[in-house]
Amino acid sequence: MNSRKSPVTRRSVLKALALTGAATAAGPAFWPRAEAAGSLVVGVIYVGPKDDYGYSQAQAQAAAAIRKIPGLTVVEQEKVAETTDVQKVMASMIEQDEATLLFPTSFGYFDPHVLKMAEKYPEIRFAHCGGLWQAGKHPKNVGSYFGYIDECQYLNGVVAAHATKTKKLGFIAAKPIPQVLRNINAFTLGAQSVKPDITTQVIFTGDWLLPVKEAEAANSLIDQGIDVMTMHVDSPKVIVETCERRRIHVCGYHADQSALAPKGYLTGAEWNWITPYTTHVKAAMSGTSMPNILRGGLKEGYVKTSPYGPGASAAARKRADGVKAKMMKGEYVIFKGPLKDNTGRTVIPAGTSHVQTDVVLEQMDYLVAGVIGKV
Amino acid sequence: MDSGLGWLGVPLAVVGGALRVSTPFLFVSLGECLTEKSGRINLGLEGVLVMGAMTGYAVSYYTGSPWLGVLGAGFAGLLLGVLHALICNLPRVNDIAVGIGLMLFGTGLAFFLGKPFVQPSAPLLHAIEFGAWSDSTQIRSALRVNPLFIGGILLALSMHWAFRNTRWGMVVRMVGDSADAARAMGYSVNRVRLMATACGSFFAGVGGAFLSLYYPGSWNEGLSSGQGLMAVALVIFARWRPIACFWAALLFGGAAALGPALQSVGVTGGYYLFNAAPYVLTLAIMIATCSPHRTLAGAPGELSVTK
Repeated sequence: MNSRKSPVTRRSVLKALALTGAATAAGPAFWPRAEAAGSLVVGVIYVGPKDDYGYSQAQAQAAAAIRKIPGLTVVEQEKVAETTDVQKVMASMIEQDEATLLFPTSFGYFDPHVLKMAEKYPEIRFAHCGGLWQAGKHPKNVGSYFGYIDECQYLNGVVAAHATKTKKLGFIAAKPIPQVLRNINAFTLGAQSVKPDITTQVIFTGDWLLPVKEAEAANSLIDQGIDVMTMHVDSPKVIVETCERRRIHVCGYHADQSALAPKGYLTGAEWNWITPYTTHVKAAMSGTSMPNILRGGLKEGYVKTSPYGPGASAAARKRADGVKAKMMKGEYVIFKGPLKDNTGRTVIPAGTSHVQTDVVLEQMDYLVAGVIGKV
Repeated sequence: MDSGLGWLGVPLAVVGGALRVSTPFLFVSLGECLTEKSGRINLGLEGVLVMGAMTGYAVSYYTGSPWLGVLGAGFAGLLLGVLHALICNLPRVNDIAVGIGLMLFGTGLAFFLGKPFVQPSAPLLHAIEFGAWSDSTQIRSALRVNPLFIGGILLALSMHWAFRNTRWGMVVRMVGDSADAARAMGYSVNRVRLMATACGSFFAGVGGAFLSLYYPGSWNEGLSSGQGLMAVALVIFARWRPIACFWAALLFGGAAALGPALQSVGVTGGYYLFNAAPYVLTLAIMIATCSPHRTLAGAPGELSVTK
C-alpha cells in the first residue's frame, strides 16, 4: 500500500555501500556529490498524509517554507511506515534524487532506521525530529531537533481553566511516553495555576492514529462532564470535530485546527518547524558541521500558539499573554518544586526548579497531582 | 453541561458505543452473510469498507449531500464485489486468495484516490434523537442513532425473511449448499454468486460510508482498524443468521467502547487489555465455536472453509 518509486534492492544498496567505501578511501576529491555552488536537495519523509491537520502537516508547512530558498529542491514522501520501508525511501532519495539533507520526521524512524542509514551514508545529513540524539553514542551526521511544546500546552491549560465550568479537563493521549506525559503535566499545571482544584482526566488510546477509538474516548470523557479537551495524537481532526459537535471547548495540538471547530476552539499548541529546518539547510549549504542538537520553545521560535478562538475570554487572554510574555523572555519555569505526582510521591523537591533545557524533563515518567490516570 | 455520571456512565457508554460503533460491523457482516450463503467467501470486504468510506466522503464533499455519498459508497463496493465474483467465476480460482488480493487492492486504491480528501470537511449524516425525552446530555448523546443503523436492522430482518420465504433467498441458499442441485434445477451458479457477492459488497460499502460520514465522521487512512476483517469472523459466530449478525455486531461495538469508557471513570490500569477486548472476543469466539469433530452448524455446504 505504500507507493514506492522504484524499489532499491539489497544489491543496489550494497553496491552503493561499496562505492561509498571506495570513494571515502580514495579521498574526498573522488566523491562527486560535494555540496557545490549552494544547490541542495532536501528529502522530507512523513509518517502520515501531509494535510492531516496534525503532526505531518506541521512538518510539511516547514518543508513548504524552505522550498522558497533559492537553489534548494525539496523531495517529499508521505505515509512511510516506521519499518524498513523508511530505509528504502531514504536510500532512494539519496541515490536517485541526490538528496544530501534528509528530514525523516517521525519519532519511530530513529532507531534503528536512521542510525543504520547514517552509517551507510556518512556524508549525508539526517535531521530527525524528536529528542533522541546523544553525543558519543550516535553518529555525527545525525541530529535531532525538537521543541518545548509543553510551554504552549501550559498556555492551553491557562485558557482552558478560564473556560471550564465543571473544573474537569480531558486529555486524549496516544502512548505514555515522556513527551506526552510532559504535555499532560504542563496542561494540568497551567490550568491549576488559575484554579488549583482543577483535574485532568487522561485516556490513552494505545496508538498514534485510531480515529474510532479517539472519537469513543472523546464521547466517554464528555459524558463524564469534561468540558474542555485537548490531545496528543497524530491527527487531532476527529477529536476536535467531535468536541465541536458535542458543544464543548477544545484546545488544539500540532497545527491550527480552528477551522474545524469555529465555536469551541480556544487556542492551540503548534509547532513552528521552520526555525530548525532553516538552521539545518543553512548549515548544509555552507558546509558547516551538522547541528546535532536543536531545541527551543516559544522564545526560540520552535513552537507557537494558535490565535484565540471566540471561547477564550478577555481574562483568559490577558492571563495567558502575561505568562507567554515571561516565557518569551525565558523567565518562566513550568516544572519547579515542590511538585507531587498523582500517587503522592514528591517528584521535584522544594527549592529545585527545572528550566526547559534540563534533560531531566525529557525522562519524565509521572503524572502530576490532579491528573486522573496511570502511566 | 451537568456533572458526570460516574460509574453509571460505563454501561451507558457501552450501550452508546454499541449503537455508534456497531453499524459498520452490521453492514459488513450482513454483506458477508449474503455472499457466504451463496457458497463463496469474500475476504476483501475490509478493502470494500475502506473504499466505501473514501468514496462516500468524496461524493458527499463534491455534491454536498451525504445520502448521495452513501449511495456512491454502495456502488463503489458493488464494483469491487463484481470484480471479485468475475475473477472467482474463472475455473480453479481460490476465492480466499482473491479476497485477500481485493482487500489490499481496495485499501490501496482508497488511499491513493483519497489523498485530496484528508483535509476537507464533508457534510455528514444527521442522527435521529431518540433521547430527546431525557434531560441528561449523556443519555441524549448515547441514544443519538443514525438512520443507517435502523436501515441495518431492517436489512437484517428482511434478509432473515427473504432467505426463508422468497424464491431468491431459496436460490441463494441452494447454490450455497449444493451447486450440483442448483445446476440440476437449471440455475446458473456463477450468476447467482455474482449477484450475491455484488449485493454483499454494496452493503459493506455502505458500512464504510457510515465510518466516514457519521462516526467518527472523517476520512483518513487509519479509519478502519480491521472492522471489515472482524466482521467476517462475526458471520461465523452468528452462524450465518442475519438476526444473529445484528446481535453480534452490537456485542462487538460495545466491546470497542469498553476501554475508553473504563478509563474515563478512572479505571486506568490495563487499558491495553480493555482496548484489545474486541480482538480477544473474536479469538475466544473462534476457539469456542470450532471443533475437529463436526463442521459448524448452519454453514453453507459449498463454503471452501467447511469442505
